[in-house]
Parts: sequence; structure tokens; C-alpha cells
Amino acid sequence: MSEEYMGETIYYNPKFETMPREDIEQQQIERLQSTLNRVYRNVAFYQKAFDANRVNLENIKDMGTLRELPFTTKEDLQKSYPYDMFAVPLRNIVRIHSTSGIAGKPIVVGFTRDDLRNWTECTARLLAAAGLTEHDVVQIALDYNLFTSGFGFQQGAEQIGASVIPASFTASVEKQIVIMRDFKTTALVTTPSHAVNIAAGLEEFGVHTESLHLRHGLFSGERWSDQLRQQLEKRLHITSTDAYGLTEIMNPGVAGECHLREGLHINEDHFLIEIINPKTLEPVGIGPEGELVLTTITKEGFPLIRYRTGDITSLNPEPCACGRTFLRMARVLSRTDDLISFRGVEFFPSQIEQILREVEGISPHYQLILGREAGVDTLEIKVEISDTVPFLDGLKSVENMLAQLSKRIKTILDVDAKITLVEPKSLRHIDDKSRVVDKRPG
Amino acid sequence: MLKILNLEAGYGQLRVLKGISLHVLPGEAVAIIGANGAGKTTLLKTIAGILRPRSGKIMFNKQDISNAPLERIVETGCCLVPEGRHVFSTMTVKENLLLGAYHRQRNGASADIASTLKQVYKLFGILEERANQLAGTLSGGQQQMLAIGRALMSGPKLLMMDEPSLGVAPLLVKSIYQTIADLKREGLTILLVEQNARAALALADRGYVFETGQIVLEGTSRELSDNPEVQRAYLGKEYQRIDE
Repeated sequence: MSEEYMGETIYYNPKFETMPREDIEQQQIERLQSTLNRVYRNVAFYQKAFDANRVNLENIKDMGTLRELPFTTKEDLQKSYPYDMFAVPLRNIVRIHSTSGIAGKPIVVGFTRDDLRNWTECTARLLAAAGLTEHDVVQIALDYNLFTSGFGFQQGAEQIGASVIPASFTASVEKQIVIMRDFKTTALVTTPSHAVNIAAGLEEFGVHTESLHLRHGLFSGERWSDQLRQQLEKRLHITSTDAYGLTEIMNPGVAGECHLREGLHINEDHFLIEIINPKTLEPVGIGPEGELVLTTITKEGFPLIRYRTGDITSLNPEPCACGRTFLRMARVLSRTDDLISFRGVEFFPSQIEQILREVEGISPHYQLILGREAGVDTLEIKVEISDTVPFLDGLKSVENMLAQLSKRIKTILDVDAKITLVEPKSLRHIDDKSRVVDKRPG
Repeated sequence: MLKILNLEAGYGQLRVLKGISLHVLPGEAVAIIGANGAGKTTLLKTIAGILRPRSGKIMFNKQDISNAPLERIVETGCCLVPEGRHVFSTMTVKENLLLGAYHRQRNGASADIASTLKQVYKLFGILEERANQLAGTLSGGQQQMLAIGRALMSGPKLLMMDEPSLGVAPLLVKSIYQTIADLKREGLTILLVEQNARAALALADRGYVFETGQIVLEGTSRELSDNPEVQRAYLGKEYQRIDE
């Protein structure tokens, strides 16, 4: 890691980022109460949920009383497709984004003008915390479409005054490298797996990192291990930071690492954070690992109360040497459910199962083997040949079937998978626990 | 400077404030906006000690003033300019002003009082011109100036104002707000209740929107001015952005 870049603390908005804890807490309770009053008045889902749980909003007087409020889940949001969770009329919404809906119905989120401004601010903070300034040339290799990440980083990077290149996710690796070299990119913002592709591309095309100006990578959107981080830093000759966000809450913008990289500072003036035991649903407090639960306290368009993220993390209350007073959360490296993160795409094993069920000639007994080759995720799907349907005659039809299956998986999930047929009944012992074998390091 | 947590207050059976939390930082101007009956005036009266809170906490410069007597609250530097001015019409302008410094007089600070009086006269020239005139003969706008002047005589750290533009001719509203802006520039902390949301947000750094005794929105003045619901409900259809 190049110390010359990582020495000093840069704040985007020190008034908030270094606010005394006492003031943060006062602001949090004010904003929580006004958010609760708004969602109760404007969102039918919350009015119903609060009434059904006999919540008296006047009893929500501090963070300790937060637990009286019901949770919001991903399923709640899917059921509200497209606009039922919006807390303002559509005419007040100036931007609409959506999740891919790969794992079920998409979740549509809306932003008011103030929401966009806050989003920009939150993202600007984490870019500044990563050490980026107006002297940086920031190349953003992320989607600019229904997804939020490309737009979010674009806004934030412009806000800190960097020169921003919307290279997007669609540009080929070769194109990314040409831009990186010719435009003198100093910071790369992308997913960790795409960073691996770019690193591999550099090696393949014989481009030495010394011929580049690249000094930092901000990687997010997927879980990435510390090993992968070390590998990327070495291969790209950079420092790197992690950021955390999710479309439903804000992505990017919930939290980000500062240059000291000892946890991600949560923008606590915009989000309340709780860690719960995912089984008992009881808050576990500060310190132990558990499921991250987020409450938005400034959002107007799409406010969420106690949203269960499914991400596993823990909180660190120690003051950070960078001077920021916001709590830090550990990097997210696992989830409560079995959602698989694979080359920037997320899917549940059940979705593979659904596709398998549609194909004649195989039984729905299957196993997923995740691996990594040359830093790139691989997926092998083992499926049983069915013994109940007429046996497939000849190699050609087997090949046909496999081709058809991979094509279907590619179309629906956007995942490249290697499919291996195995003997009938050989996978009968596979249950949900042994369904996924993740051999990826980290 | 001022920190309020979960404040409840009202009149008799009537609960007006239903759990209000807000704060004002030193040197800030904060506006409370909202419709009639939302609880804005009740809030100021409760902070000033005219009404007793039912529950909740009011901290002023780290002192709990939730149940402090009115005169002690004034002494801590928290002073209210009430709605409708309430000047003593049969007393002269100067007598009205000196009344505002009553507690300071008791504490024998007459030299300071004279200097504050000078400052008030500098701020509102008209009050010096009419110093010996009966307050009742002043126009509405001039009475408002007198009420503000009287509050300033107490040497406040936090000036609370209840509808300073109410019943004042438009031209004078501008001048009164100009004066409030000057006071803010000099470092006075201001908590302002206004139905004239446009004027209030143009002056204030931040604001809270009250609805039936609860806060439903808070934010910087810019955020509130940009909020379509605030625009519709409180800024009028002909709303235009007020840039400084």
C-alpha cells in the first residue's frame, strides 16, 4: 500500500462526519420521529403494520425503543411492487431505480430531489473517506441503468470535484484498459470481480501498472475477501477500499471505509443501524455478529423502517483514528440466507432448481459447486439424469439438452454455468445444507 | 444550545404537543413552520415556561429548564417575543423597553442596560424617535419592533419569535426580517415560528414542519424549500425559489 496517498484524513462534510456522539443521537431521534410520523401518515403498509403490532409512535423516545417497531423484509417490498411503499406522490419523485428482480419480483425505489441530494452527499463522503479528491480521475466501471450503483458513484464523485469517466459496465475489458491508460485514470470504481477481469486483462495485454496512473480502487457490490483484496492491490498496484449499500436503502452511500480501513463508517445521520440475532430477531447490541437492520431517517420517497438486509456484520464503537465519530461496521462477508453472489449477480439456489424442473430428462436433484479459477468465479451444476423419463438416446440429444439448459440459465440468471450430468439417484442425499458447495477462497 | 426531547404539552385535557424532539445550535436560526393549531405557539410557550410540559425534557445550555420558573428561564438567556406583540400600550416606548431588562436591573447592571438600549435604538431608529410616545400609538409593525427590542433588552442568548410578520404591513415585514437577519449575523441564536414560511425559510438555516403536534419533516431550509409538499402547503402556488 502506497503510504504517500493514504496518510491524511479527508472529510467531505466534517460538521456531520465528526459530530459529537451526543449531537448525532439527538439528530437521530428527531429524524426517526419525523420519519415515523411521515410513514404512518403516508404509507399504508406501515400504518397497517404499526396498528397490527399496537405500536404507539409516541413511545418511540430513544434508540432503545426502536425494537418496538416491526421489521420490514424484502418480501414486503416485493409485494408492494411497484409503488406501494412510496411515501410521497409520484409527482414528487424525480428518479426511479429498480433491482434486477432476479431473486423474485423487482424492488422499485423512488427518489425525491432531496433524496438525490442526500444520496450524492453520502456517496461523496465515502469517496472522500477513501482518499479521493478533485485531483483524481475516477473511472466508473459499473452499470448505468435501472441499477443504482453507477449513477450513485457518478454523482458522488462529481460532488467531490473529481474528473469522472462513466466507463460503465458494458465497455469491454480492453476498452476499460485503454481508457485507464489514455485518460490517466487514478481511481477505479467497480465490482471486485470486474476488477479481477481488468487485472487479468492488463496481464494479458502486457500493460504494466507502471505505465498507468492508477492508485486506488473502490470495490463494492459483492462480498470480497481480504485475500482477494490483497491480490487485487498487488496485481493492480493500488490501495483499495470497500463500500456498503443496497438498492432498497441506498447504494452506494450507507457506509464506506476510510483510508485506515478498519471498518466501514456508517452515515449515521441518515441511517439507524441495529444488529439482530437472525433467529430470535432480538437486537444483540454493539460488538457481536448478527444480521444488519437499517432504518432510513432522512429519505422522503422510499423510507424504510427496520429493514432486514440479510447481511451479516458487527459494530465497532471504538473511535476511529481518522476522527470520524460514526460507528463502524465490519466488512460484510456472509449472509443470513443462501443468496449466492456470483460475478456481480445474485441468485438463490431455488432459482436454478426452477429452471432444472422445466427441462425434461433430468431430475430436480442437483448440487452447486462454486469455485474460483484465476480469480474468476466458476459455477458447476451437477444434475441427475432422470430415471423416470425415457432414456435419452445418443450423445447428440444429451449435448442438446445441456446446451439448452446452459442457455436458459444464462438468459434467466445471467450466469455462465458448467453443467455436469451424474448418475440417477447419486444426488439423493443432497439436502439444503449440502446443496451449495462454495470452494471460493475467503 | 437548545435541546428538546419527547416534549408533551397542552391545555387541560387537550394534548397539543405529542412528543416533539428538536434542537437549535448556537448561532443558528431555526424555523418552525406548520398550519394553524399545529402546536407551534404551544412549543414556544412551553420553552419559555408559560406552559408546563407534561413530559419530556428541555435543555438550555446544558441546564434542564423543563420545570424552571418563567423568570429563571429569562435569566438563563431564553427570551420570547410573543405573538400579537403584547406591548404595554399606556406606557411609553422607552418604559416598555426598560421593562424587558427588569431582571437585569434587579441584579444591578444599569450600565449594561444603557448600552443595550443604545444598541436597540441603533437597530430600530424609530423607537428612539418615539421613545417618549405611548406604545399604543405605534403602528402594528412598529409595535412588533418594540416587542423585539424589549426582548433584546433582556440580553438573550436565544431569541424566540412567534409570528413576527403577523398583522404587519408587507413593507415592514421586510424590514423586520432584515433586522432579524442582522441579529443572526451578529451571532444571536433564533427560534422562529411563522406561518409566513417563505420569509422564515429565507432567513433560517434549518426548519421543522409541524402537523397536529408532531414533527413530520425536518431539514435544511433548502431541503424544505425544495420539498414539493412544503411548497404546496406552506409556500403557496406562486412559489419561487428564494435565493440569497
